[in-house]
Amino acid sequence: MPAHSTSPGLWTLAWRRLRQDRLAMLALTVVGLFLALLVLSATGMVAAHWEDEVGVNYAPPSFVGPDPAAVRTRAAEQPAPPNAFDPLADDIRAIRAQQGREAPPDMYGIEDPLAADLAALRGAAAAQHGPDVERRPTLPFGADKWGHDVVKKTIKGGETSIVVGLVAALVAVGLGTLFGALAGYFGGLVDDFFTWFYSVFTSIPSILMILTVAAVLQQKGVLTIVLILGLTGWTGPYRLIRAEYMKHKAREYVLAADAIGASHWRKMFGHIFPNVSHIALVQMSILVVGFIKAEVILSFLGFGVPVGVVSWGSMLNEAQNELILGKWWQLTAAASAMALLVTAFSLFTDALRDALDPKIK
Amino acid sequence: MNESLLQVRDLRVRFRVDKTNTVEAVKGVSFDVPRDATVALVGESGSGKSVSSLAVMGLLPPLTTVIDPASSIRFDGRELLHASAAERRRLCGKEVAMIFQEPMSSLNPVFTVGFQIGEVLRQHMGMSRRQARARTLALLEEVGIPDPANKIDSYPSQMSGGQQQRVMIAMAIACEPKLLIADEPTTALDVTIQKQIMELIAALQKKRQMAVLFITHDLGLVAEIADRVIVMRHGEVREEGAAAQVLHAPRDAYTRALLHCRPPLDTRPLRLPVIDDYLQGRTPPAGERTRGYAEGEHDVLVVKDLKKSFFLREGLFGKREFQAVKGVSFRLPRGKTLGVVGESGSGKSTVGLTLLRLHRASGGSVLFEGRDLLAMSDAEFQPFKRRIQIIFQNPYASLNPRFTVGQILLEPMRIHRIGANDGEREAQAYRLLDKVGLPAAALHRYPHEFSGGQRQRIAIARCLTMQPEILVCDESVSALDVSVQAQVLNLLQDLQDEFGLSYIFISHDLSVVRYMSDQVMVMHHGSVVESGDADTLFRAPRADYTRQLLAAIPKGAG
Repeated sequence: MPAHSTSPGLWTLAWRRLRQDRLAMLALTVVGLFLALLVLSATGMVAAHWEDEVGVNYAPPSFVGPDPAAVRTRAAEQPAPPNAFDPLADDIRAIRAQQGREAPPDMYGIEDPLAADLAALRGAAAAQHGPDVERRPTLPFGADKWGHDVVKKTIKGGETSIVVGLVAALVAVGLGTLFGALAGYFGGLVDDFFTWFYSVFTSIPSILMILTVAAVLQQKGVLTIVLILGLTGWTGPYRLIRAEYMKHKAREYVLAADAIGASHWRKMFGHIFPNVSHIALVQMSILVVGFIKAEVILSFLGFGVPVGVVSWGSMLNEAQNELILGKWWQLTAAASAMALLVTAFSLFTDALRDALDPKIK
Repeated sequence: MNESLLQVRDLRVRFRVDKTNTVEAVKGVSFDVPRDATVALVGESGSGKSVSSLAVMGLLPPLTTVIDPASSIRFDGRELLHASAAERRRLCGKEVAMIFQEPMSSLNPVFTVGFQIGEVLRQHMGMSRRQARARTLALLEEVGIPDPANKIDSYPSQMSGGQQQRVMIAMAIACEPKLLIADEPTTALDVTIQKQIMELIAALQKKRQMAVLFITHDLGLVAEIADRVIVMRHGEVREEGAAAQVLHAPRDAYTRALLHCRPPLDTRPLRLPVIDDYLQGRTPPAGERTRGYAEGEHDVLVVKDLKKSFFLREGLFGKREFQAVKGVSFRLPRGKTLGVVGESGSGKSTVGLTLLRLHRASGGSVLFEGRDLLAMSDAEFQPFKRRIQIIFQNPYASLNPRFTVGQILLEPMRIHRIGANDGEREAQAYRLLDKVGLPAAALHRYPHEFSGGQRQRIAIARCLTMQPEILVCDESVSALDVSVQAQVLNLLQDLQDEFGLSYIFISHDLSVVRYMSDQVMVMHHGSVVESGDADTLFRAPRADYTRQLLAAIPKGAG
């Protein structure tokens, strides 16, 4: 008997091939970093206090420097330097001096009934937060309308967007693969049924379809978005996987599997699926990108994330108005985070496809 | 003008495998093609014969191939390897033309054949549309297309394989080339069509006095056409000489082996000689095997009036019945071989697939130990699947590329619960790999790491895991090289002797069928034309069609 060398499985071999591909490893590192950030932010280790208003409104990034307009307004609060040519200068100075000394005028004899309560509230708030911190004029990558730190906001937003993109794409590709495999493999009535179902889904304009599902679900939240996108996005993968199964079911290796008595399920997912999995993988990477973008539209239409939850989509949505004011940093942060992840993810799935294909090389 | 038309000197071609490694496919090959003569380039797959011809045409993919700068290809006094791309393009198609193996994939399916031939004429000869059409008609007439005035406007899919190859030849000779390169032009065609195409090429060569470089794996084919023969192996020329000398008094051991690996039509040796026998100077065991059904044998399989129809959609609701198998009956005793011969479309493969219920039969019965396989439910049939197995034609397609050989061999044992656990099954898999002549290390490798012959051994081992009683061999050796074919046939023979397997041996190759079979059934258009004892049938064929088939076998060196 020959010595049993350990048999490297499909995935071990794929991993070995993947490791030789430097670009793929770089992409994998980037995706890994994003996922790590996701976990950290979900557990509250980073970006937990993103809602603290730490900067001035629209504080620019540090490398740009403080906003000259904001500096000017602050300067305007300081008394203007005396004007040597003002004929009323002496009078004004006298009035100011008098105002400074006298008590402020009373409220024409009306007593504020809430004065005591307000004082108590203000006192409690001050005790909780400590003295009101000075808002910073600049932040590492700027601030939004309310003075939230954009870096923290992007990390927190990524948590929502990545989960929505990945999970919804998984649902969509899962459904598409299952339906496509059944329809393509069995053909006939099964195929007619699923294709009819597909036609119904695709005959409705996609935005209307999304709104319909949203209206039926009647709830706002991340899970709802995942369901909306997953339940409407399976049609693309379905069509492709179905075509692949129709092509593969007549191949000799499937006939051979039939001849040795393999069950339908085994032929569909044990034999054919590994040979068409690259389609599913590529669809997956396309859909992740598409769904991250779709979440933007949903948020814009008011079916997206609820108020108080941030996502890259809602950030891009806010950025539309900011851009007119010339505040580009929120847009840049969300867009480049998205672009980086999406590019890395596509490169990685591409390389994974190649690595999983034993015929190449 | 004594110089040969084509001079290839010290041609070296390397292929890039990855960034650092290259593989040398052609290792310093030199040969001449004289004017007005036919030169045959013979070799098995991987011999570099096609690569050499593609290098002449300049059709090798430039990104992955490196042609050694010291190589030289001179055509009509001009050096081709240093010519500009535009110059080569002008030359290719006009002075050098090529026909390929697969006419179906060489013709563009969305244009009529007339348009495609006309395109060549307009491009290279500067003809007008009307002139080109007239010339195309003449060319189609010349290559023997019946009713060319009608066929000129038909699409490639409306023609048979033989007619498509004729169209390819018409396209190639359209510009009256000085050199015609024919790369395995008849390999994809039936034997009777092959004969016609060979005759056509020979006739055209004589008539137009052009040079022909004929590339083939089949030495038998060469005798009818070639003036000179070049035998190649592993990128090197093994032997070169006049056709009569190479075929009848070969100097090289490899040429001798190639000539004798094909099963002969008149005798039936115990074992077929393989290449190694000749290269190492061994003599194959003498003696002949006698074949034929004997009286009182126990029949494993009795097939009565088997029918299979396919339904083609026609119009909106219409269906047209196409009878692929029109009532086939035969019996198969234990330990014997039934040969099924026929050309493509004869329904011979459909018979095999229907027996295994890979196609649902339209009628008839298949009695296995007295029980009708066709009448069973799927669940009832499941245990019988183990006992009747099939080996497909193309070992590149019949093994799942995503499975290791181990997975391929273990899967059927798991499904049929053969062996108590995976350890026992793995031990059995090692035994079978040894039996089919593969190393134990093969278990952990993927099918693409093996050659065609090795893959067919894996496919055979997969069938053996289930210890079947009947093995259907559907063109199982047709895709293999002659030398490998002999090895696989010997293996099948050994297995039959050892396990008493019954074979249904389906092939278009008459000599292979005659070598393997006890009884032979000749099929044509879905019905059995003639059946009977193998030796009797080949010696004294009764049906006209059988006689035609036998006459079409290349007489070659034999």
